[in-house]
Amino acid sequence: MNLLGIDPILLIASLMVSATPILLAAIGETVVEKSGVLNLGVEGMMIVGAVVGFITAVNTENPLLGFLTAAIAGALLSTIFATLVLYFKSNQVATGLGLTLVGLGVSALLGKPYEGIKSPTIKSFEIPMLSDIPVLGPMLFSHDLMVYISILIVALVWYTLKYTRFGLILRAVGENHDAAHALGYKVIRIRFMAIMFGGACAGLGGAYISLARVPQWTEGMTAGAGWIALAIVVFASWKPWRTLIGAYLFGGITVLQLNLQAAGVAIPVEYLSMSPFLITIAVLVIISARGNQGAPASLGRLFHASS
Amino acid sequence: MKLKSIFASTVAAVALSSAAMAADVKVGFVYVGPVGDGGWTYEHEQGRLAVEKHFGDRVETIFQESVPEGADSERVMTQMALQGADLIFTTSFGYMDPTINVAKKFPKVKFEHATGYKRADNVSTYSARFYEGRAVQGHIAGKMTKTNKIGYIGSFPIPEVIRGINSAYIHAKKANPNVEFNIVWAYTWFDPAKEADAAKALIEQGADVILQHTDSTAPQAAAQEAGNVITFGQASDMADYGPLPRVSSIIDNWAPYYIARTQAVLDGTWTSTDTWDGIGPGMVGIGEISSAVPADVKAEAEALRDALASGEYHAFTGPINKQDGSAWLAEGETADDGTLAGMSFYVEGLTGSIPQ
Repeated sequence: MNLLGIDPILLIASLMVSATPILLAAIGETVVEKSGVLNLGVEGMMIVGAVVGFITAVNTENPLLGFLTAAIAGALLSTIFATLVLYFKSNQVATGLGLTLVGLGVSALLGKPYEGIKSPTIKSFEIPMLSDIPVLGPMLFSHDLMVYISILIVALVWYTLKYTRFGLILRAVGENHDAAHALGYKVIRIRFMAIMFGGACAGLGGAYISLARVPQWTEGMTAGAGWIALAIVVFASWKPWRTLIGAYLFGGITVLQLNLQAAGVAIPVEYLSMSPFLITIAVLVIISARGNQGAPASLGRLFHASS
Repeated sequence: MKLKSIFASTVAAVALSSAAMAADVKVGFVYVGPVGDGGWTYEHEQGRLAVEKHFGDRVETIFQESVPEGADSERVMTQMALQGADLIFTTSFGYMDPTINVAKKFPKVKFEHATGYKRADNVSTYSARFYEGRAVQGHIAGKMTKTNKIGYIGSFPIPEVIRGINSAYIHAKKANPNVEFNIVWAYTWFDPAKEADAAKALIEQGADVILQHTDSTAPQAAAQEAGNVITFGQASDMADYGPLPRVSSIIDNWAPYYIARTQAVLDGTWTSTDTWDGIGPGMVGIGEISSAVPADVKAEAEALRDALASGEYHAFTGPINKQDGSAWLAEGETADDGTLAGMSFYVEGLTGSIPQ
């Protein structure tokens, strides 16, 4: 089975791998923004996750432990942001940008001794039965564990936001924090938890780059993936499953265009490189033409209990 | 009287201490990637450190890493000039126009732009003949490939990269007439994840040799993961990935040039020049050819390296046709630097077209 000289099985398989880091970061940020906070520090939390995960994996020779510590590191870093923004009422945009810079600096410092070292690689996990299905098996069911976990997280976020009481409260806080506060919900506490969740997801996404996708540690290796994750949240209009589509679309087109080039297909590279961004703009235009961007109403606004 | 003498001695002390503190010359470096990229920027940083070590207190250096090519780099250069830099090295092709623009505003500051071709009274250009190293790589690649497919990760379709592709192809073809090149343009100098994806795409297409013209070690890691694929260190030795997949490398050695140019500023003898050195003067080094390469191939590669170094052989020696079949170099004719500097065509046998 060959399309333009590209094996679609391999293409879809590598698409899922290349989309996983941004998917993880984007789903975390979706929750943060749903609670009404804009955290622009995704890139910083990702790269710290990447370096901490790598260091742990190298020292313990256990990549899964690497992912765990990466999530903890991302969450810890995000508490700095949460404390500044929620308790000291600092500007969210400036604090988020600061977090990115801190993350890049800290990771460069921590990672210095680990440049050029190889990490233990994460084994692919073939789901019994399902991976034996021809075509679909190698395409969808023979990945490493983190690919499935990322999809599981999307499902959990979707279910929680849509069907649980906690999800409803979180959305209420994001839509109108004053009303939520008046009803007795702990706005600050809920946002703090949301931010930590976002940090943990970004950390996981970063670790996926350094432990699975590349796998190695190089300074600055996330190279803007965090910003793409932020764009995907908007692209997905804050809906979990659309985040998945958005991430796979971005990841997919990147991989597709590299594969098309490698196969020698004569499609101008420039158009392919441009296409994810063109699609994002088109989607945003369509969404805003319909009048509802889906942005949480309190997004980016400071909350003060007294007002 | 007393007050006056105190005042005078204070002035003298201040003058003395500031003379001791301030270096004679301040040198700035603008980097396109992080200093820890393990490749291109890493080697420029080694050059900067060599300048510091060589001159000690006489020279102060400053640098800024991960500066995007384009308008942002103009801001960084301007800032360095305002901070009192006397000499600024801008180390990526995309800084070419920004360097010229900023140089116009600061006629007393000297600029050195790497890999470009635009000069001014206070702007020099310098580059290394990486294509000589590519010739050696091409030879090893042609001999080593079993699938006859060689993958090449390009960054941007600029003359420097195209020269490298042509040189590698010509020599791979000489070593193995059945060889095919698959070229992927990554449109980035530094993005480990994307570079790894590009390497994987090429490997999936059957390539068992990966040549890269991007700055990180990610393609090496991807090749290692895949197994049975060989690679070459780019800009830096990348010896951590030897003996397999990395079988050799091109090493950029900027230190002697940076020291010489800083010395020229100190002496007041700096003039705008165009430097383009290869293996011979030591600006391009060939990293150790690893044990994974058979002894006879290694010997041939080393002979080729030495012939290039001594100047007895030129990497672009005719007969060579352009991709469209038209004649470029006649039998025995060698390419002139002007054509090489602006090279924007593939040689005969390469498939695909260069993105415009």
